[in-house]
Amino acid sequence: MDLHLGRITWFQGGRDKVAREEVKSLEVYETGPTLTFSMGPQHPGTGHFRMVITVVGDIVVRCDPDPGFVHRGEEKMCEYKTWITNIPHLERPAILDAAGMTYPYVLAVERLMGVEPPERAKYLRVIMAELQRICSHLYWLGLMGVFAGHATMYMWCFGDREYLVDLTQLIGGQRITHSYFVPGGVRNDAPSKVPRELVKNFRTYYRMMLGKDYPSGEVPEDFRKYVLAVCDFFDTRLDEYYPMLLDSPIFIYRTKGIGVLKREDAISLGVVGPVLRGSGVKSDTRIDEPYDAYPYIKFNVPTMDGCDSYSRMMVGYYEMKESVRIIKQAVEQMPEGPVKLKQHPVTIKVPAGEVFASAEAARGQCSFYIRSDGTDKPYRVKICSPSFRNLIAMPYLIKDVRIADIPIIYWSLNYWPVECDR
Amino acid sequence: MSLSKAEEILKRLIEDLRSRFGDRVLEVNVEPKKIVKILVALECIKDVAQYLKSEWAIDYIKGVTGVDLSKLPNNAQEALEIIYHVGSLSSEALKGITISLSTKVSISNPVMPSLTGIWKGAEMHEREVYEMLGVSFEGHPDLRRLLLPEFWSDGPPLRKNYMVPGREGQSG
Repeated sequence: MDLHLGRITWFQGGRDKVAREEVKSLEVYETGPTLTFSMGPQHPGTGHFRMVITVVGDIVVRCDPDPGFVHRGEEKMCEYKTWITNIPHLERPAILDAAGMTYPYVLAVERLMGVEPPERAKYLRVIMAELQRICSHLYWLGLMGVFAGHATMYMWCFGDREYLVDLTQLIGGQRITHSYFVPGGVRNDAPSKVPRELVKNFRTYYRMMLGKDYPSGEVPEDFRKYVLAVCDFFDTRLDEYYPMLLDSPIFIYRTKGIGVLKREDAISLGVVGPVLRGSGVKSDTRIDEPYDAYPYIKFNVPTMDGCDSYSRMMVGYYEMKESVRIIKQAVEQMPEGPVKLKQHPVTIKVPAGEVFASAEAARGQCSFYIRSDGTDKPYRVKICSPSFRNLIAMPYLIKDVRIADIPIIYWSLNYWPVECDR
Repeated sequence: MSLSKAEEILKRLIEDLRSRFGDRVLEVNVEPKKIVKILVALECIKDVAQYLKSEWAIDYIKGVTGVDLSKLPNNAQEALEIIYHVGSLSSEALKGITISLSTKVSISNPVMPSLTGIWKGAEMHEREVYEMLGVSFEGHPDLRRLLLPEFWSDGPPLRKNYMVPGREGQSG
């Protein structure tokens, strides 16, 4: 290690010493009545993320999260790429929720430019963002099922998710990383007709899952009607999830009262999304600072007062129900018309200024601070991603719990390492 | 909540800060829908933060940004700007407003007081600024690196003088 240590010289005023000690403390673990070990980064329960756990017997006394295994330097990369070519790489931190990640960036650039997207684009963005929220939450619910010892949930979630991902592909052209949002609108319009093959597959799946034919006999190939059909189907499936997972004694026993984050702690730690709402705080960017078509749509913000892992999962579950409602309304209300102001060249220049824009991504509020110096590249882009803001809750929650509860708490935070590391 | 009501509250907040801290509030930049930025002198940032929290119920931290100002095309200065994006969840009137409280530290001596005592959630954000821009936060409970690898030995990567390997000739 000395080879590396000798070169850490950039910390001014005695910081050098701190850096050395820091490296040392990462390498050497004390032994004694306590045992310290690494959970991750190869552990399937954490993903590309490590926790340094100290235990006494089976009880965790300290958890030190160590992110950074998938740090890609997105913020620095933004300074080298142009305003438009930044969009595809900015969705990489959370590919499951690409819309949620690029939404605040696009809003920020639009506010700097002083433009508003056309009405139809606003609705298409809302539909896309909500579809991705459902896809991301289904992934979350499925993985949580696995770690709570409930493998059926995993299969169900991933089976149903497929039809929503198909819908994403139909609108944006790609299953997950679609780069659909551009400053001044969306990249392309939704198709008016749905391919026959897709409808056929959906009908087969519908019959398989619900044991009956789709009521009207045939699923329409009209885009609007097809989206409504998929939404109705998914809503019915969500009703079946409740007794299967959320009302199941195994799941309740594993999650109720585990990882309690009190309301005042949630606020002072600055957590976001389902973690915040699971602690009884009614805060949602879509309501607090409404953007695009959200002011025209009626929906609730579910909150739970349990403050534990179970509450957080329930918030996620109810959010999917609300998202289905939003998509249905948006599809019904969506006007005809253009979907973008104009096709921007990649070397577009953005007026100098500063902006702080937020949007509600699947994991919570995602914010961008952008500083422009008037050239074709941003001067500084800061991503305040929801997982990074939830990271601080981890050492607070993973304390005085059993080792077996670690994956439960970890997954109840819906933590996504790549989104945190950026 | 209508925008005008929010603007009115913000106006009162800024007047209050100005009357209390005088010329130590260096610059106020309120642009509707864009940013609400209050630039204060380094020596009073902790007092301003404490005042905002106790008097205006600004209790929710959203992020901490560091910006290297040394390559700005006009008005370049050898300083780092540290911005705390904060909001409120307890105050219904200030919901949905983000205040960017900022201060400047010089590049030659990048030391500033930590605000973790006021906003506990700033802990990870300050650690990130520490490793990415090399700013030392005095009074931080656990100032270690966060995202960069242990063997990282180059300068702070988000400073403008850090050259990304392979992109030396490009402006960034």
